[in-house]
Amino acid sequence: MGVGSFFTSKLDEAIGWARKYSIFQYPFVTACCGMEYMATACSHYDIDRFGAGLPRFSPRQADVLFVVGTISHKMAPVLKRVYDQMTEPKWVVAFGVCTCTGGFYDNYATVQGIDTIIPVDVYIPGCPPRPESVIDGLMKLQDKIATAAQRF
Amino acid sequence: MDGALILDHLRAAFGAALVEAHDFRGDHTAVVARDAIAGVLRHCRDEAALGFDVLMDLTAVDYLVYPGREGGSRFEVVYHLYSIAHNHRLRVKVRVPEEDAVVPTVMTVWPIADWMEREVWDMFGIRFAGHPDLRRLLLYEEFVGHPLRKDYPINRRQPLIGPRI
Repeated sequence: MGVGSFFTSKLDEAIGWARKYSIFQYPFVTACCGMEYMATACSHYDIDRFGAGLPRFSPRQADVLFVVGTISHKMAPVLKRVYDQMTEPKWVVAFGVCTCTGGFYDNYATVQGIDTIIPVDVYIPGCPPRPESVIDGLMKLQDKIATAAQRF
Repeated sequence: MDGALILDHLRAAFGAALVEAHDFRGDHTAVVARDAIAGVLRHCRDEAALGFDVLMDLTAVDYLVYPGREGGSRFEVVYHLYSIAHNHRLRVKVRVPEEDAVVPTVMTVWPIADWMEREVWDMFGIRFAGHPDLRRLLLYEEFVGHPLRKDYPINRRQPLIGPRI
């Protein structure tokens, strides 16, 4: 076994460990799910424990795009642009059923799932999801970040 | 003024242009011919005894599949009027056929009608002749069709639009 291959896999783990505890989110909040997002982010549930306590309100400083709430066709180009502005590495969380599938808004105005516009890493269903579900989704995202092949 | 007296006043002033009039539990409605609608509404605002200074709402109804309305005009544009001075109300309707869905604008009477007429154009595809800026209000330019028409398929998917440069 060469020294190089052993070193590379360990470096991946070290970077993954660092990245999963420094999640700077961009909350793209459009609807009622935002209240549940705020409840999760505040002191009762305290997502600072997972290194995700600081939302950045600029996509260029953010790692994770939290899409929270219904996305209409009119809003879709804005969401795409925000995603494109984020720097690599970046992840996307679909928060609530409206972002996952369109939810019960099967109508002329609503995008039927944001994965028709941008790639999604974690889906958190619920209308709105309980803070426990959000933290569960966040931990699944952490697992995904930690075990992925790191690009840097 | 009582609603029945308002209808009597309009009937005296406009005669046959008042196609139909009825009341339901104290709410009075006048159905006016399309040619006369602009004049009737201006009269409603300017006549001191009526004094309808507020256009509460301007909307439309699609009677495509409404029981008892087969063969008639497809759309109705509905004006809800209110007088602050007299504290009375009136509903005015005008029937609009599908093949010629145009109504004169009332922006010159009540400027608030600007966005209301744009919304009706957006949702029902009824044009307002004389409106200076009849663009879609709520939906976007690329939207195909008018979603509150009864023949708009409920599960139709609009094409996704890309980012604007």
